[in-house]
Amino acid sequence: MNRHLLSIDDLEVADIHQIFTTAAEMHDVQKREVKKLPALRGRTVINLFFEDSTRTRSSFEIAGKWLSADVINLSAKGSSASKGESLRDTALTVTAMGIDGLVVRHSASGAAEQISRWVDVPVINAGDGTHEHPTQALLDGYALTRKLGTLEGRHVAIVGDVTHSRVFRSNVKSLVKLGASVTVVAPPTLMPAGVGDWSKQAGFATSYDLDAVLPEVDAVMMLRVQRERMSGGFFPTAREYTIGYGLTRDRLALLKPGAPILHPGPMNRGLEISPDAADAADSLVLDQVSSGVAVRMSVLYHLLAGEPETIGGGSA
Amino acid sequence: MPTHDKVPAQGRVVLDAGDISRALVRISHEILERNKGAEDLLLLGLHTRGVPLAHRIAANIATVEGTTVATGSLDVTMYRDDLRSHPTRAPHRTELPAGGIDGKTVVLVDDVLYSGRTIRAALDALSDLGRPAVVRLAVLVDRGHRELPIRADHVGKNLPTARSERVSLRLSETDGEDEVTIQ
Repeated sequence: MNRHLLSIDDLEVADIHQIFTTAAEMHDVQKREVKKLPALRGRTVINLFFEDSTRTRSSFEIAGKWLSADVINLSAKGSSASKGESLRDTALTVTAMGIDGLVVRHSASGAAEQISRWVDVPVINAGDGTHEHPTQALLDGYALTRKLGTLEGRHVAIVGDVTHSRVFRSNVKSLVKLGASVTVVAPPTLMPAGVGDWSKQAGFATSYDLDAVLPEVDAVMMLRVQRERMSGGFFPTAREYTIGYGLTRDRLALLKPGAPILHPGPMNRGLEISPDAADAADSLVLDQVSSGVAVRMSVLYHLLAGEPETIGGGSA
Repeated sequence: MPTHDKVPAQGRVVLDAGDISRALVRISHEILERNKGAEDLLLLGLHTRGVPLAHRIAANIATVEGTTVATGSLDVTMYRDDLRSHPTRAPHRTELPAGGIDGKTVVLVDDVLYSGRTIRAALDALSDLGRPAVVRLAVLVDRGHRELPIRADHVGKNLPTARSERVSLRLSETDGEDEVTIQ
């Protein structure tokens, strides 16, 4: 497996399957009384989060601790970054203390890769700007695989603010690698420019018509509409967005029976996803959260537990 | 030791299918004798080939005592002391029977006992899963060269070996036929 996890491109299909297999075993640890595996005992992992996050950060923290690693959270607000320290100095200062792994979230696309070139420890991208969020895509894929079995030949819809979504970018890559076909649905104002060429190359379809796509898919992933977008002229009002592109109660009836509903969270109930959809029997939202810990345990284990020389070499 | 998926046939055969079958029958009887029956008995096979061995022992016990013995599997990958010297691999299934291991007589089942480090890892794994009343160990082959104070309660065959030699078990469930080879 690759030394860093910066993008889904760093993973072969076999690596993704290995991560899923390991995650399935890690998932069992959640149900035990003693939630500890000694695999990363003595290893130190720093969560370097320059952007707010409760979900991803606590998920990585729990994952590291359940593997017996020492996990330390550094956030931009409490750090010298707010005093104007450069990204490079922050990264080098932190790793100079002799740590074993970095989990990085930053508002600039490419930040995680940049950091990986300065430090000599494995770096995991926990979300960089609008670029990628590989562990989110992995946990989505894992949760879907648990529900549907193999994703080979399955059709998944990703709906929402695609232009600004790193969750979408990582998911499209992983779902296509796993053999699924993906249709991306968004209003024209939230579809990235040049998506036509990109989609041909990357193997996904695009549509502006949610009602036409929903009956065709085996699973639907709703993306959060960020508050900043509401006043950016991307759609007339929040209500207009919901009417055109929200997973309303009526739209639930369009879905195939048993088709899972995903959302990376946090949800804007009533905006992109109705309470009926969020709490439906087929909603995988809570599964995604518990899958997140298992998948992040799996990623931390595969990147940090093995022979140092093989991290960055071939796969096991 | 990294586990193989399928072991190719090579080397000198030290136990053939008949020897293996007779050894397992004897081990099954010994387990029942030691436990004075099948009550509270729990067989846990260590991946990979300890698992089919545990199932065969359970089948033998069912024939002799007429009762089903709880059987499960244990993966010790996360508890190994040599994680840093190999590439990582995905763990196998740990499946405990309903009722867990608390208060039970757990018999760990493995194919080859060598340094004892796998068993040490298994004991650590067990202590995170519950508190058995008793833990015993049954192995098909004991090849010596212990590096830790670990011993088996039930042994199919004691096989003196040189460290340079490799002892391999092939089972019909995993490799198509039953035999123990040394090379």
